[in-house]
Amino acid sequence: MPVMNMVQALNLALREEMERDDRVVVLGEDVGRRGGVFLVTEGLIDLFGEERVIDTPLTELGIVGFSIGLALYGLRPVAEIQFIDFVYEAFDQIYSNMARIRFRSGGMYTVPMVLRSPCCGGIKGGMHHSQSPESFFIHSTGLYVMMPSGPYDAKGMLKTAIRLDDPVIFLEPKSIYRVIKEEVPEEDYTIDLGKGKVVREGGDVTVVTWGAMVHLANQAADFIKEKLGVELEIIDLRTLYPYDKDLIIESLEKTGRLIIVHEAPKILGLGAEISAYIAEEHVDLLYGPIIRVTGYDTPFPLAHEKLYMPNVARIYNAVKRSLEF
Amino acid sequence: MRSIDRKSLEKALETYRVLDEDGNLVGEEPSISDSTLVKMFEYMVRARVLDEWLLKLQRLGKVAIHAPNKGQEAIVGAVMPLRPEDWVFPSYRDLGVYLVRGMSEEEILDRALYNEDDPLKGSDFAIYGNRKYNMVPTPVPVGNQIPHAVGVAYAMKYRGEDLVTMVMFGDGATSRGDFHAGLNFAGVYRVPVIFVCENNGWAISVPFERQTRSPSIAFRGLAYGVDSIRVDGNDVLAMYTVAKQAIERARKDKEPYLIEMLTYRLGSHTTADDPSRYRSEEEVREMMRYEPLKRFKRYLVDKGLITESEADELYRRYSSYVEEAAKKALNKSPLPRDIFFYNVYSTLPWNLKMQLEEFREAIKTIEEFGLEVD
Ligand SMILES: Cc1ncc(C[n+]2csc(CCOP(=O)(O)OP(=O)(O)O)c2C)c(N)n1
Ligand SMILES: [Mg+2]
Repeated sequence: MPVMNMVQALNLALREEMERDDRVVVLGEDVGRRGGVFLVTEGLIDLFGEERVIDTPLTELGIVGFSIGLALYGLRPVAEIQFIDFVYEAFDQIYSNMARIRFRSGGMYTVPMVLRSPCCGGIKGGMHHSQSPESFFIHSTGLYVMMPSGPYDAKGMLKTAIRLDDPVIFLEPKSIYRVIKEEVPEEDYTIDLGKGKVVREGGDVTVVTWGAMVHLANQAADFIKEKLGVELEIIDLRTLYPYDKDLIIESLEKTGRLIIVHEAPKILGLGAEISAYIAEEHVDLLYGPIIRVTGYDTPFPLAHEKLYMPNVARIYNAVKRSLEF
Repeated sequence: MRSIDRKSLEKALETYRVLDEDGNLVGEEPSISDSTLVKMFEYMVRARVLDEWLLKLQRLGKVAIHAPNKGQEAIVGAVMPLRPEDWVFPSYRDLGVYLVRGMSEEEILDRALYNEDDPLKGSDFAIYGNRKYNMVPTPVPVGNQIPHAVGVAYAMKYRGEDLVTMVMFGDGATSRGDFHAGLNFAGVYRVPVIFVCENNGWAISVPFERQTRSPSIAFRGLAYGVDSIRVDGNDVLAMYTVAKQAIERARKDKEPYLIEMLTYRLGSHTTADDPSRYRSEEEVREMMRYEPLKRFKRYLVDKGLITESEADELYRRYSSYVEEAAKKALNKSPLPRDIFFYNVYSTLPWNLKMQLEEFREAIKTIEEFGLEVD
C-alpha cells in the first residue's frame, strides 16, 4: 500500500471521485494550473480539463454562491477557499443559503456541495492564515463539519463528504499537510459521518480533540505518562458536527475526567458545547470539572503562536488540575 | 442621467504614458523640479534594495514571508504628491509607499522580523502601516481596505478639511465585493478618495484576462461614476503626473478618482509561490524590458540629473545602509511573550484576565521542564 501525506491523499480522493462521478467539479482560486497553493488539486486540470477544474476570479462570495447554483442543478461541487480565514465574504451565502436551502424549500432542494479549506495554526502564518472557525459553521445549523487528522482519514472522509446530499464544511489542518505520512489504500473506502475514533487508549483522563491537536495530545500523553504515571485516552472526533457523543460517553464511563483540546478560542468554541452537553446529560459520569485547553480569547497572533495555541505544558497543567478532584 | 463621454472612455481604455520603455519622452514633459525627480529615483532604488534584502532574509529563515515588489516601484509616483496629513491605505506589495510616507528601512525590518520594536506588535505578517504616517496597516484579506478608504474620505469631507485618501489594491482584489461596494459609495457620495489599482497582470496564478472580461479596471471605475484612467504603471513620470492631478482635484472639488496602474510583477507572488507552475520564464524576460527603474534612470541621465556611476553608487550606498539596519534589527529581542493578550480590547475583560493567569502557569511549567516552544 502506498505511503502518502495528507495533500496526496486528498488529491487521490478528488481524482477517484471525479473518475467515479461526472457530477463532481472542483473550483476555487488557483486550483487549476497552480494546483492550489498547497497543491491539493495538482494535476486535476490535466486529467479533467478546465471545465471541471475551474480557476475562479478572486471572490469567495462568488465561489460559494456559484457552487450553490451548481449544486442546486445536481452537480457536486467541491469548492476550495484558499485559506479558511478568507471565507467571511462568503458567509452570507454560507449561512443564509448553503445551510438554509433545504429548510427554506421544505426539503425540495438540497445543496450537495463540499467547501474544503486549509485551516488552523502552527505554520507561523499570522492572524489571517491560522484561524480555526469551526464554531461559526456548526452554529449556522444546516451544515456538516469535518476535520481529518491524517492522510488515511482525509481520503475516506472527503469521499464521504462529496457523496452526502447535504452541504459539508471540510477543514484541513494545514500544519500537518505534509508532516504525517500513512499507508493509504488506492481503492475506494469511506469513513462514516459522525464517527470519531479512539486514537490512544488510557484509563485515567479522556482527551477529546481533533485536527492537528490529536498529534499534540499524543505528545502530551507521552510526557504526562512519564511525569505523572497517568494514562490519557485520546478521542479524535473527526466529524465536528454531528460529533460522536457516544464515543465520549463510553470513554467517560471509564475515566470520569474530561479535557477538551482545540485551537479555536475558548469562548463559544466547540469545547463549550461538548462541556455543556456532558454537564446537562451525563454529569453523573464526572469526577471533577471539565477543562478546556484552547486558543486564548484573542485573535491568532503572529508572535509566539506556540504559546497562544494549546501546547504540552498547558495540557499537562490541565491534567494535573483534573486529577486534583 | 450621467453619461460617459468619449474622452472619459478613451482615458479608461488607452494607456497614458510619458516615457517609452527606453526612457524617451513620448508625451508632454511634466514640469517637475529636478530635486523631486532625483528624490523619486532614490525612493525607487531604496524600494528595490529593501525588496532584495527582505528576500534574502526570508531565504535565511529570518523573515516568515515576503511579497516581492520588483517591477512595481513606480508606485512611489502615486504617493509623492500627497501631503503627510493625507491618509494612505497601502497594499502588501508597497515598500515604496511605506518609504515615501516616512517609514525607515529599520522600522520596516523591525516589522518584518516582528522584534521588540515592531510597531504592529506581532499581529500579522507581510503588512505595514503606522498611525504616525497616516498609513493604516493592510488587512490580509485582499480588498478589505477599499471601503475603509472611502469612509475616511467621507469623514474628511464631513469635517470640512482639505485632505484626501489614497488606497492601493491589486487587480485580483477588484473581483471582491469590497471593491464594488467601495467604488459605488465613492461614486454616490463624491468623496476625495483616489483608488490606485496596481494591475500587475496576475493574481497569484490567475492572469488578468481570467480575472475579468472588462477591457480595463479603469473601465470598471467609470461604470460606478468614478473618473478613471489607465496609466503605464512602469512609467513613474506618468504615475506622478496623473496622481498629482487627481489629488489636487480631489482636494479642491471632492471628486473620487481611479488610477489603474498597468504594471508587472517580475518576482514570485510571495516567497511561498512557484510561478513556474503558471507562467513562462520567457514572459518574465520579455517584461523585464519595461522595468521601471532602468527606464527612469535613462531619462534622468539624458537630462543630466544623474550619471550612471552616481546611480550605481546610490544602489551600493543603500545596500550597505540596509545591511547595517538588518544587523541592528536582527539583534533586537523578541516581543514579550504575553503580547497577544493586549490590544484586543482597551482593557482586559475577566475571561482574558483568567486566561492570562493560565498562560503564566503554562510558562512556569515550560520553564520547569525545559519544554520547547516557538
Ligand atoms: C480574500 C482573500 N482571498 C484570498 C487571499 C489569498 N491571496 C493573497 S494575495 C492573492 C492574489 C491577489 O492578487 P492581486 O489582487 O492581483 O494582488 P497582487 O498580489 O497581484 O499584488 C490571493 C488569492 C487573500 N489574501 N484574501
Ligand atoms: Mg495582481
